[in-house]
Amino acid sequence: MIDLQMCFLYLAVMAGVTYFIRAIPFVLCRGEVTNRFLKSFLAYVPYAVLGAMTFPAILYSTDGLASSVAGTIVALVLAFCGRGLLTVAVGACAAAFFIKVVMLLL
Amino acid sequence: MDCFKQGMKDGIPIALGYVSVSFTFGLMAVSAGMNWWQAVLISMTNLTSAGQFAGLDIMIAGGTLLEMALSQFIINLRYALMSLALSQKVDKTLNIVYRLIVGVGITDEIFAVAVNQRQKVGRRYMFGLIVIPYIGWGGGTFAGAVMGAVLPEIVRSALGIAIYGMFLAIIIPKAKEHSCYMKVIAIAVLLSCMFRWVPGLSRVSSGFVIIICAVAASIVGALVYPIPEEGDYD
Repeated sequence: MIDLQMCFLYLAVMAGVTYFIRAIPFVLCRGEVTNRFLKSFLAYVPYAVLGAMTFPAILYSTDGLASSVAGTIVALVLAFCGRGLLTVAVGACAAAFFIKVVMLLL
Repeated sequence: MDCFKQGMKDGIPIALGYVSVSFTFGLMAVSAGMNWWQAVLISMTNLTSAGQFAGLDIMIAGGTLLEMALSQFIINLRYALMSLALSQKVDKTLNIVYRLIVGVGITDEIFAVAVNQRQKVGRRYMFGLIVIPYIGWGGGTFAGAVMGAVLPEIVRSALGIAIYGMFLAIIIPKAKEHSCYMKVIAIAVLLSCMFRWVPGLSRVSSGFVIIICAVAASIVGALVYPIPEEGDYD
């Protein structure tokens, strides 16, 4: 259980940082970023973040390696075929669920 | 273009996607020991997927506030770039007050829809575009937090992969399209796996791991594969 006061502190920091990142450039900046290094860095950051967040965590995401691997493979294939966010997420869950049911029955 | 109704209409598909992901967030937050209202409060004040999931990890692990601030900063840094781009796309109806309000709702998807419009967008359109996904995000969190408990364990654990599926749906098409993105993502993934599996390194907490991996991979990318195209960041 998370201490209530600490929870609000976390929340304030989290929401505050997230909000100011969005609002400050939106309010202040009208110009464009021209520095090529900075531009490239900022372009890569979201994808690097998501990559680092996804692997290897996805392999531990469903309480069982087999179901997680199955879900990962299905998600990779669907994403590679250019399916939307919802389809890929649901497909991964369905695959993980299927493997879990199969393993339960075996 | 400045029509509230049109904005709402464009926001519906975004909201549908949000409901499913925020449902998982609510579910995970409650199973980590939070109250439903805490989960909903996080969603209503943050409105960001990757940041919230990382933040939840830090809360559960009892990480420091500095770690929380830094991880949110790095993970959500992309919004600064989107805000920059969006600031060129909105019309004069957004004065400073409206910009401060609309700033709450700049997410990957809302940004993508707004900048894809032919004309400049006004404040009524932006409000319409944000309101439905916002309700979907909060409502989905609530539903996940409340209904999560009655779902069978097998369904709950299978839903744990949803957020990662969504992340893959974002990064894989980009990696497929541009090999430079693929290389940067590969570096980040490799580093992240090292932090998980190499003894000693695995003691670094999850928030910092993401920061280190993302910053290192992006710096390598920016140095070795600088991006040539104009505005190619979405």
